[in-house]
Amino acid sequence: MNISLLLEMAAEAAPDRIALVCDGKRWTYGDLLAAARGAFELIQESGAEYVALLDESSEASVIALFGAALAGVPYCPLNYRLADADLAALLDRISPALVVGDEERVTRLQAGFERDWGHTIYSREEFSLKAQETVPADDSREYDMGEGVAVQLFTSGTTAAPKAAILRHSNLLGYILGTVEFGAADESEAALVVVPPYHIAGISALMSSIYANRTIVMLPAFSPEGWLALVESEKVTNAFVVPTMLGRIIEAFEKAPETNVSSLRAIAYGGGKMPIEVITKALERFPGAGFTNAYGLTETSSTIALLGPDEHRAALTSDDPKVRARLSSLGQPLPTVEIEIRDEDGRVLGPNEPGEIYVRGDQVSGEYKGKSALVEGGWFPTRDAGFIDEDGYLFLSGRADDVIVRGGENMSPGEIEDVLLTHPAIADACACAVPSVEWGEAVGVAMVLREGAEQPNDAELKELVRARLRSSRVPEKIIFVSELPYNEMGKLLRREIRAILAN
Amino acid sequence: MKPGTRLKSAACDTEVMVIRCGDGTIECGGAPMGEAKPAEPAELSSDHANGTLMGKRYVDADGKFELLCVKPGKGSLSVDGVALVTKDAKPLPASD
Repeated sequence: MNISLLLEMAAEAAPDRIALVCDGKRWTYGDLLAAARGAFELIQESGAEYVALLDESSEASVIALFGAALAGVPYCPLNYRLADADLAALLDRISPALVVGDEERVTRLQAGFERDWGHTIYSREEFSLKAQETVPADDSREYDMGEGVAVQLFTSGTTAAPKAAILRHSNLLGYILGTVEFGAADESEAALVVVPPYHIAGISALMSSIYANRTIVMLPAFSPEGWLALVESEKVTNAFVVPTMLGRIIEAFEKAPETNVSSLRAIAYGGGKMPIEVITKALERFPGAGFTNAYGLTETSSTIALLGPDEHRAALTSDDPKVRARLSSLGQPLPTVEIEIRDEDGRVLGPNEPGEIYVRGDQVSGEYKGKSALVEGGWFPTRDAGFIDEDGYLFLSGRADDVIVRGGENMSPGEIEDVLLTHPAIADACACAVPSVEWGEAVGVAMVLREGAEQPNDAELKELVRARLRSSRVPEKIIFVSELPYNEMGKLLRREIRAILAN
Repeated sequence: MKPGTRLKSAACDTEVMVIRCGDGTIECGGAPMGEAKPAEPAELSSDHANGTLMGKRYVDADGKFELLCVKPGKGSLSVDGVALVTKDAKPLPASD
């Protein structure tokens, strides 16, 4: 099974429907399939073993994804924000590749590198144009059977070299066929895609919309004003955002309340912790939209658990604290995957017991180039820490590696941060381990002061934590910073804070 | 037969992709399906002529077989003469 099937079926059922809107240009499903077949010819001709993208989202990311699938070589979108040396190391690992995007940069990096990569380089415009112009010699082309790797994504390695996560055709198709109803979208539906192409959510967004026959509206570089303008002009019905984007969208919308966003029916979010105040505000500002919290990882082909629109509204209006708390949960596992919480010895834990999140299912690859991380029975240890409550709702407390171990007691940074954030003067907070002679590790916190607020003294903050949690959670080291470091996907870079606190 | 195999109907336009399969003969319109179309089309059996729908998944009662319709046609799907039924899953909210 080959993921190209998704585009082939969409083009068979609705060849003239608009599949993609990007920079004002429109592409039908028929156009995209023809271009993907043209790209197959270019890839074959080049002898490339990978197809890489070094560019923002555009029609080229769709054509390259499916062209690579037809040709049976992994599609490997690269993070264009990487520093030169890091990017060169990745370009070295995927040679020879057909690289689409920043020609000048690849050429420059090659010049500074001893080994000849043998890459074939196209600019975005050149690739899109050639793919459209190249008509397959005949229609009896033998396309790849899809038994191998469809996508290879480099995970952000902050301590070691980035790992190459492998997603097979069977993983990605398992995800799409298991979660999306073919052709379920009506002709008015349009999904705004703003996630970068090198992120799993950017890839699954393309495949989900294509299989549902929903128009993809691309916003290659995010700005809240640009997002709102596209919602209005393209009558966008669906969108996926990361929490930091949603916060900025709400601020921009408050400044331009005349923007017509009434077309929005569904907003999904994920990729980081959503502050309660942001989602609460979003529910008020977009009363016509259903909100979905999606939790997933690169190694799981995107979403494995979700909290749906009805549960969001129920949590907002309920008097039951348990139902209200679900607003900060990840919802329930998809019907097509299994999730377990296990302790450090691999023992399966019961409701409300915190441990590591394990998952298995067709969509779960848990595979890196040359090495599978799956354990017995096909389970993937996510390295995320969390628990499942008695009603089956999954809660995330952070990365297992971020857990603070003070004198043998495990503490999740999230619970300490949540308490600190209840203080009216605290806008943002990050807790992490600081070295302690007495305890091995102790709690350190870095906080951001709310604008115009007076800085509370350490004793007050310590008392707040002591009163709400246990004394072991009381921070030993407290600092204030002007802002916390986040990556472009809204992920808090705890490692950086840990380094600052350690000094 | 391997998952991912494409099968064509001998009696109509239907094409399916095998997602899961056990032992047995997969048929459409009452005739066995194959990876290639036969030179002479088979006759569409009136007992197996309810049609297939694009994008629907068809399963047997035991959950051994699962076929995805990738091209619709007039015949209906069966395994060893027993009709397959559509697999209807509760729709999920779009999450990406």
